[in-house]
Amino acid sequence: MAISKEQMKDMYVKMRRIRDFESTAAKLFAEGKIPGFVHLYLGEEAIAPAVCECLRDDDFITSTHRGHGHIIAKGGDLNLMMAELFGRETGYCKGKGGSMHIADRDKGILGANGIVGAGHCIACGAGLSAKIRGTDQVCVCFFGDGSTNQGTFHESLNMASIWKLPVIFVCENNHYGISMSQDRHQAIKDVADRGAAYNIPGIAVDGNDPLAVYEAAAEAVARARAGKGPTLLECKTYRQHGHFEGDPAIYKPKEEQAAWMEKDPMPRYAKFLVENGVMTQEEVDAVDAQVAKEIEDSIAFADAQPLPSVESAVVDVYSDIVEEVRDR
Amino acid sequence: MKMMTYAEGIREGMSIRMREDPNVILFGEDVGAFGGCFGVSMGMIDEFGPERVRDTPISEGAIIGCAVGAAATGLRPIAELMFCDFLTVGMDQLVNQAAKMRYMFGGKISMPMVVRLPAGAGTGAAAQHSQSLEAWLTHVPGLKVVYPSCAEDALGLMLTAIDDDNPVMYFENKVLLGMKSEVNSLDPIPLGKGKICREGSDLSIITYGKQVYDALEAAGKLAEDGISVEVIDLRSLYPLDKALIAETVSKTHRAMVVTEEVKRGGYGGEISALIGEELFDYLDAPVVRIGALDTPVPFAPVLEQYYMPNAQDIINAAKKMM
Repeated sequence: MAISKEQMKDMYVKMRRIRDFESTAAKLFAEGKIPGFVHLYLGEEAIAPAVCECLRDDDFITSTHRGHGHIIAKGGDLNLMMAELFGRETGYCKGKGGSMHIADRDKGILGANGIVGAGHCIACGAGLSAKIRGTDQVCVCFFGDGSTNQGTFHESLNMASIWKLPVIFVCENNHYGISMSQDRHQAIKDVADRGAAYNIPGIAVDGNDPLAVYEAAAEAVARARAGKGPTLLECKTYRQHGHFEGDPAIYKPKEEQAAWMEKDPMPRYAKFLVENGVMTQEEVDAVDAQVAKEIEDSIAFADAQPLPSVESAVVDVYSDIVEEVRDR
Repeated sequence: MKMMTYAEGIREGMSIRMREDPNVILFGEDVGAFGGCFGVSMGMIDEFGPERVRDTPISEGAIIGCAVGAAATGLRPIAELMFCDFLTVGMDQLVNQAAKMRYMFGGKISMPMVVRLPAGAGTGAAAQHSQSLEAWLTHVPGLKVVYPSCAEDALGLMLTAIDDDNPVMYFENKVLLGMKSEVNSLDPIPLGKGKICREGSDLSIITYGKQVYDALEAAGKLAEDGISVEVIDLRSLYPLDKALIAETVSKTHRAMVVTEEVKRGGYGGEISALIGEELFDYLDAPVVRIGALDTPVPFAPVLEQYYMPNAQDIINAAKKMM
């Protein structure tokens, strides 16, 4: 599928937004400004922006514990994200979700998810819903290689296949399930091979090349929208940091890390854009400066937001039961 | 007035809403042409078609997860687990997803879904197909739990469960499925409203599901001995009708909680504790709990009957309370 220059630029903007958001989150976490856990998308920036470039606003995505990149790619608001990471009242989830649970129903983001493998089934439900409601919406399910050993992965691929659901299963194979490398946690090299077990196309691409991801994703989305069923798209990439911030990742071989840093999608894609006349170096620099400002603004925004009132702790457990749950 | 079986009450409740709203769908293992393992959805596929009365593979995680995703995106799904015992396989989707999404996401996602959960012993199905696991679910903030005991309640509670914007766990007692009772109203029954099945003045038996009938049988026999028993059918376990519990206990001054679950860690303990904490001054005797034997459900009918609480257990305990 042909990709326009505008789309190529848009992908760069989103990749840069993710890179800067994540680098900043790492710094803020180290400084103690962000409580809890953060799992960063650093190194995987080529995937979600390319996949989401193929989606409409009313399409759905399910995300993971490593979800910031998916949310930014689907159009999530940086200010609301940062405020949520800070645990503020006006954050995306009113301070009740944090890094692992950001959702934006209006943008089709059905939530980051703290349970590995949970999004697959939810994506099937969104796909079934689109089918029953007679829309041509699709749902992209993002997940890592680690989750492909969960039963839910297999249940969901099977269900999506027999019902021809409009779901695109996008495996971000970063080669680690927490500390366990892919060659230790499964006996296959290509997760894409698992598509064959469910009679769905399984395609593996260079996940650090946004154009390769875009091309494969565009085809999978078109297929889903046309009612032809799901695709398993494996994007091979690398988690540049540890599993979460604070994990020194002593289990990763130094040579492996160095080899993948050579393939870092950010400088690689910027270079491609300039060399092929898609953007000038000045335009790239301007995007970088604009994004740096957006991130700075998001921190200022988050910092200025109030903490949640303890009164609000009982709100949104149920749609209609509030004060009763204050009992303890 | 119409006579209906408990199963017909469930089916009619689902069918009424499916006729009115194309976004209500039913799916689960063998709910289509097979009619559901216990025939509850028999014939529904003929009326609503295989898209909306949908057979699923044997994949409980995906069944509940699919309901979560469908509910989050505009449908009002009813998912059936063939036996509530299979909750174990789908529990993550229920407890970590369905129950928590609204809260975790700051109220941005609604979760209008029903999970049907056939429960209870008495069918010779042994340890993995006979449990009463309601306490697992009443323990989870974000879930609502109902447990009808007759056709009218089965119908009315199903309507309300489908209308609710929160995940509602709908227990169905397998032994009651074929039991006929009068249906005088097709109206939704509000959650959190129990009912008085028999009025009395000496002892309140607070129960739900199949044990309502054990309680009524015991109450009849106890009346012959001059003990007047009030029987309360909670119908809804969460939200819980605390007002009705207070009303009956403040009247009779004695409370017995009867459930089919094993007592240890059970919902009966929750109700007993509530009475102890909030109604202590009204009590003339300690609250008594009656439950099943503290074992897995045994297979042989003679063992299974011994396992389940019955009217005689209630009578014996009641006499000691006087």
